[in-house]
This record gives sequence, structure tokens and C-alpha cells, in this order.
Amino acid sequence: MTSTVANPLAVIAELTHRCPLHCAYCSNPLELQTRSSELSTQDWSRVFREAAALGVLQADFTGGEPLTRPDILDLIRAARAAGLYVNLITSGLPLDESRLESLVQAGLDHFQLSFQGAREEIAQEICSTKSHAQKLRVLEWLKRHRVAVTLNFVIHRRNNDQLPEMLALAESSSASRVEFANVQYYGWAFVNRDALLPTREQLTQSIDFLKKAQERLAGKIKVEYVVPDYYAKYPKPCMGGWGRKLMLITPNGDALPCHAARVIPGLSFENVKNRGLREIWEASDSFQKFRAESWMQEPCKTCDRRGLDFGGCRCQAFLLAADATATDPVCSLSPQRPKVDAILAGINSRGAGINPPSDASLTKPAWLYRPNPS
Amino acid sequence: MSIDFESRPRLAPGCRMNEKTQQPRTLLMPERALRLNGPSLEIVERCDGKHTVMQIITELQHLYAKAELAKVEQDILGYLALLQKERALDFEL
Repeated sequence: MTSTVANPLAVIAELTHRCPLHCAYCSNPLELQTRSSELSTQDWSRVFREAAALGVLQADFTGGEPLTRPDILDLIRAARAAGLYVNLITSGLPLDESRLESLVQAGLDHFQLSFQGAREEIAQEICSTKSHAQKLRVLEWLKRHRVAVTLNFVIHRRNNDQLPEMLALAESSSASRVEFANVQYYGWAFVNRDALLPTREQLTQSIDFLKKAQERLAGKIKVEYVVPDYYAKYPKPCMGGWGRKLMLITPNGDALPCHAARVIPGLSFENVKNRGLREIWEASDSFQKFRAESWMQEPCKTCDRRGLDFGGCRCQAFLLAADATATDPVCSLSPQRPKVDAILAGINSRGAGINPPSDASLTKPAWLYRPNPS
Repeated sequence: MSIDFESRPRLAPGCRMNEKTQQPRTLLMPERALRLNGPSLEIVERCDGKHTVMQIITELQHLYAKAELAKVEQDILGYLALLQKERALDFEL
């Protein structure tokens, strides 16, 4: 048993894959898990206790839509009783004000409301459901409850130009944080990538806009920005490094080092019904696989940045270079970088379709929408 | 961002200490956690909406009587500014 492994800081609890939305960039895998395979309340409660014993500080309740779990209040109470800080990442759809009040009373610490854009039309295009008006109602209810609020805007080519409206929405709410997170290209987003990637011009404008917003709102609202890493010079330290900070539990109890880990061939995952969390974290093959540096190839192997970004994302290396041990191809030092540049050149030569003609049916991309599992 | 000495800092919604039984004592907040010990713990425990900034300074100057008064004040203001930047504090008047 390796006792030198630092403990995880957060557990991402994918409580369910069921969701009333069908977002074209959903981070869930293409193969969604069904309701009948979901962990029970008791299973999750044990996972929270084991996580806290392992040194985990925070539980991120996500999905799918976590509010589709009828036992959501019990799950919040169980995580709080274990000593965890509870984040809820939600579309706000299966919610009314009395249920919101119950969530806060059960001990919810942080309410993260996800937005598809600043207006109903774009939201409906992305998630194939009417949802925006409900989110605006939730924002009003949140003003009356003592809970941390973050607005999560998922950014891409089709809504990048609504950034000022999104920021105004955050400023008119009780949010202490707002995230503008560009889509990361895995799962459904990878399939729909060519319709989602922003142009270089959009990226430059948004960086400039959000830098000013950060300065103006310092001490009032924390403005976070996640760039699309295809445009970055160096890769992101994905998940804070493989098996270094985070652990994701899928609805059926499989423990994964990240959302997309299932795309990597040859990896098998332990299930929390059969193994303790500590054993999975410290000793399972999947968590060990890319944890140290022995798997690295050049240029990572001798790179000064390998302790900063850990070679970038393993899943992206597989998706773009067909080799999970390669340097993340978004890295400017990667021999595979020309592949990413070719993708970007395709986007930037075609133009963004920022100002579509009034007949949206002519320009609306042929989205592949995520279904709702049974 | 300037800090009013008469304002009463209070942990913002969704920002709280872990339980007294949990070690190390940690300030939990959205997407972040800060380990607290010594002076940082003494400061955060007084961010209760009752102590003014001035009172926190005075109490810590007593507590750390060997330290230079101005240095204690400067450190406290620096730490409160850091927490404010993290949106971990509301300042009530």
C-alpha cells in the first residue's frame, strides 16, 4: 500500500445521469447509465463517510441533474453529517422555492446554477428544452436564502458574444462567484466540437472583457474564466493531475480519475460497492496508471513544466493522438500540435456564424443532443 | 477595496469552518479550502458579524503581545483583504 499518496480534496458525485436537459456539450459519457443501476442512499452515505475519512473536504453533487434524485435531501444530510462541504451543480429545473428552502435547511453550502446563455433562444438551442425562464425564477428565490451562489455559464462560439449580458445577470443576482467556462471537448462536446469551438477573435475579445470585469468586481463577485485549451500554449493540469486531487463516482458507483476516463482503452475501474474508497484511491490500477511520471514520453519526460501540468489531459491525448501516454496535443511543445492547429484553422477560416441570418434554421448546427437515460 | 475599521466582518454565505473535532481547522468555501492555524484561525473565529475590524486588531495585539503592534495590524488587514478577494467575507456596518 502506498502511504505517500496525497489524499483527494473533493469527490465528484455523479448522482444520476438522468436530466431534463439535453445539452449538446454534456460532459457525461456517450453511454449513459440507467436509473436502475444507480447507487442507493445508503451506498452514497457510506461513500461520503469513507471520503471524509480519506481527507476529502468537499462533495460536488452533479449529474445529470442531481435534483432528479428523490433522496437529494437525505444525501445532503449524509454528506454534511460525514463532515463534507456540499456543492450542488444544477440546472434548477426540478425546483420550486419550498424545495430550495429544504435544500438549504438540509445543509447545502453552495448552489451552482448552470446557464446555457443569457437568453431563452440560445438556451433552447443548446439544451433542446425550455429552461431559461425557470433559471431566472431560481435566481430570485436564491436572494432570500443564505447559501453561496455561483452562476456557471458554459461558453462556446454560439453564445460567446452574450458575455456582457451574462455578467449583468450575475451582477443582478445574489451570486458571489460567476464562472465563464469554455466547453471542454469530451463526451457530447467532442462530437459537437466543430459547432462549439470559438474563433480566435471571440477568444481575444472575451479575455479582454473578463479581465476588466475581474478588476471592476474585485471583492464583490469572483469572476472565473476557463479558456478553451485548444487555444492555449500549454495544457491544463487536468483534474489537478491524474489521481492527485479529485475522484469521480459515477451513478452506478464506478470510481474514475476524471469524467472522461472511460474513453481510454485498457483501463478498468473499481466500484465502491466492492472496494473501500481508500483502497481505490491509493492502490487501484486505474488511479495509479498516470499518477507518477514513469508513463511519460518526450517532450514531457524531461520538461520543466511536467510538475505543473502533469503532461495535460490523458483523455485528450487519446482522443486527439490515439495515445493516452502522449503529451497532450494542445501543448505547443507536442509533436501532435499541428493536428490541433488544423482544427482551429478550419474554425477560423469558416468564420464564426456570429451573426446568423434571421432564419435560424439555415444556420443552426446539426446538434447531436444527449438523450435522457431510462 | 479598502477596509473600514468600524465594519464588522462576517463569513459570507457558504463560507464556514469545518467542525471543531476535525483537524486541521479549515475554512471551507466554494471550490476552495484554507487551512487555518495560529493567527489566521484567531482572525477567522472573530469574523462573526459582532467584532469590528478594530476590535479584532486590538484583541490580537493582546494575544500576540510580543509582536510589534503595527505589524499585527498590517497582517490582519492583509489577511482580511485576502479573504475579501476570495469573497469569503461580508463587511457589515
